[in-house]
Amino acid sequence: MAAITLRHIVKQYGDGFPAVNDVSLDIADGEFVILVGPSGCGKSTLLRMIVGLEDITSGDLEIGGRRVNEVAPKDRQLAMVFQNYALYPHLTVFENIAFPLRLRKSEFSEEQIKQKVEAAAATLELGEHLQRKPANLSGGQRQRVAMGRAIVREAEAFLFDEPLSNLDAKLRGQMRTEISRMQRRMGTTTVYVTHDQTEAMTLGDRVAVLRRGVLQQVASPRALYEQPVNLFVAGFIGSPPMNFLPGEVHGNRLRLPFAEVEIPQHIASRLKEGSLVVVGIRPEHFEDASVLEEHRRAQGVTFDVDVDVVEWLGAELYAYVPFSIQGDVARKLEELDRELDGEGMRTQLVAALSADSRVRDGDRAQLWFDPSRLMIFDPETSENLSHNAEAAQEIDRRNEQERRASIERAHQRELQQRGQTVAAS
Amino acid sequence: MNTGKLTTSQRIWWAIGTIVVLVWALFPVASILATSFKLPSELTLGTFLPRTWTLDNYEQILAPSGAAQDLFLSALRNSVGISLIATAIAVVLATLAAYAIARLDFPGKRIILTTALGVSIFPVISIVTPLFNLWRSIGLYDTWIGLIIPYLSLTLPISIWTLAAFFRQIPWELEQAAQVDGATNWQAFRKAIVPLAAPGVFTTALIAFFIAWNDFVYGISLTSTDAARPVPAALAFFTGASQFESPVGAISAAAIVVTIPVVILVVLFQRQIVSGLTQGAVKG
Ligand SMILES: Nc1ncnc2c1ncn2[C@@H]1O[C@H](COP(=O)(O)OP(=O)(O)OP(=O)(O)O)[C@@H](O)[C@H]1O
Ligand SMILES: [Mg+2]
Repeated sequence: MAAITLRHIVKQYGDGFPAVNDVSLDIADGEFVILVGPSGCGKSTLLRMIVGLEDITSGDLEIGGRRVNEVAPKDRQLAMVFQNYALYPHLTVFENIAFPLRLRKSEFSEEQIKQKVEAAAATLELGEHLQRKPANLSGGQRQRVAMGRAIVREAEAFLFDEPLSNLDAKLRGQMRTEISRMQRRMGTTTVYVTHDQTEAMTLGDRVAVLRRGVLQQVASPRALYEQPVNLFVAGFIGSPPMNFLPGEVHGNRLRLPFAEVEIPQHIASRLKEGSLVVVGIRPEHFEDASVLEEHRRAQGVTFDVDVDVVEWLGAELYAYVPFSIQGDVARKLEELDRELDGEGMRTQLVAALSADSRVRDGDRAQLWFDPSRLMIFDPETSENLSHNAEAAQEIDRRNEQERRASIERAHQRELQQRGQTVAAS
Repeated sequence: MNTGKLTTSQRIWWAIGTIVVLVWALFPVASILATSFKLPSELTLGTFLPRTWTLDNYEQILAPSGAAQDLFLSALRNSVGISLIATAIAVVLATLAAYAIARLDFPGKRIILTTALGVSIFPVISIVTPLFNLWRSIGLYDTWIGLIIPYLSLTLPISIWTLAAFFRQIPWELEQAAQVDGATNWQAFRKAIVPLAAPGVFTTALIAFFIAWNDFVYGISLTSTDAARPVPAALAFFTGASQFESPVGAISAAAIVVTIPVVILVVLFQRQIVSGLTQGAVKG
């Protein structure tokens, strides 16, 4: 197991296009880091540079404190799970898993190989399939064989490139928890590429958001969600995505399409009178005023809107409210939407209301929100003016503590189970 | 894969179909086989099976005392040698070419493929006369090389096409997976790629061998003595034991003898050929 350090890593392909641009990232020993970003942002390229399948144009890559830029993949001692699994079709499941061990012939006896493969297969519940060929397995089983091949040897780190994207939703959920559990138990450094929101938010200790080859922010999922550094991260993380509205500064008040709110003091000082800003508010921070208790209602701002469409999802209810925007802000938001693989301009507001709400299609409703939840972005630089670095650090620190505790618990459980089996036998 | 069982009527139809095809394909072979066991005097009787079974014809072409033995054995030697060499060269060259076509992006890739196709659709008969003249003047007439070169023009295009199509389906990512698993470049190629490529190369080699083995036009036109004459051409020079005897029996026996290696190869390597032709399923 080892820490992985990236220092100013750049990758230029033959055509001069910088697929990865000046990425620096410290991955601690045993940490689970997610690389996330829209299609074509350089996630796979970065991962392939770490594993050694792609040359590094400039910058330093260290694994376990050793610079490995020029080290061949086989000497990096990393294990990778490819998107389409890359199983050897001519070998049985057993031989597929044993493959990395057989390449180190001198190190393992036949007996040891058998034992290790069977242990890995037992962890992944592949025991009864060991003599079958990959072509005869289901997608989930193939995925587990690929994982088996990765865990069978003591690799310094695991690298995953969208390992679950070929599975259906249900299996993906199962495998996600399986990967998470395994990583906790083995405590192996892991880098995991995905463009799936849920995987990014649930699996990782930290999430690194990439955009066009440039690292935007590295933080715990919670810090990304609550304290995004810019418009891109704010729009990328969260589902349904954050609502962006134009806001006009008037003194210490901010005029939104639906309402007017007060600007917190520390931000107001950075805004010019009469300037336009982009205001972000998450769908779940809206509420139907009619189902709120009086004291909460007083804390926030209420406004009347015409609800266009309502989607009832059981646990909550999405209300869509159309609105129109013009000018600079509209252009900025349009560009952002394209980058986030959106289908067009987002000219509607999405509010996730409590399922108790009686709002229906075409109703006129009174919505409520807490102005302290607003995020304010500079339309020129996309920077989040309301970003609170201290709060973000605090969230990361707590997250780190929780991670340690959870690894500790996993070890305790493991020891306990082992104790029980020893006692039982 | 075959799912579900055939119903009785389906099974009957399949059986009928199979029998029709088998009879259609195998009747001429059976006829020649029967003829090869007939006495020269019985050839004109018009019966399918020989009245008296005899090995005379085989003795004629194989036994030291046989009339056609010299002619046949030297032709057999030529056929085997020339076909094997042509196959080996074709497979090596085609493997390299197909590897480049399947894996690399280089200018002129399409030209290679279309040229190969163009060469293979060119009628042999239109090339053979100029080739005859050329070979005479540069001294390749009636030599092994003089046949191997035109055989390459037959076997190379089809080998390149089959192998390129085959190599395109190989998941080359496996090579990288193997490297990450701890293999050297060479180990990755040998352990992850060669086992997948081998059936395709093997199938191609068989096809190329059969093409060279079966050639008649070049064999008869570009040779004049038993220095290079292959079996299909040599059959035309068989004569009966006496002037008044038809050589048909000996020709049939020779035809059977040259068919046997083909049948043996196909039977032995049936599995590899089929898996070579259907390997596309590796990606699942
Ligand atoms: N071999 C190559 N030659 C030139 N450019 C390449 C090559 N491979 C990738 N790129 C470019 O590098 C950029 C990053 O590609 P990469 O595969 O890393 O994206 P990704 O983030 O993994 O996307 P996805 O989510 O679609 O897998 C893309 O713009 C792509 O066009
Ligand atoms: Mg990718």
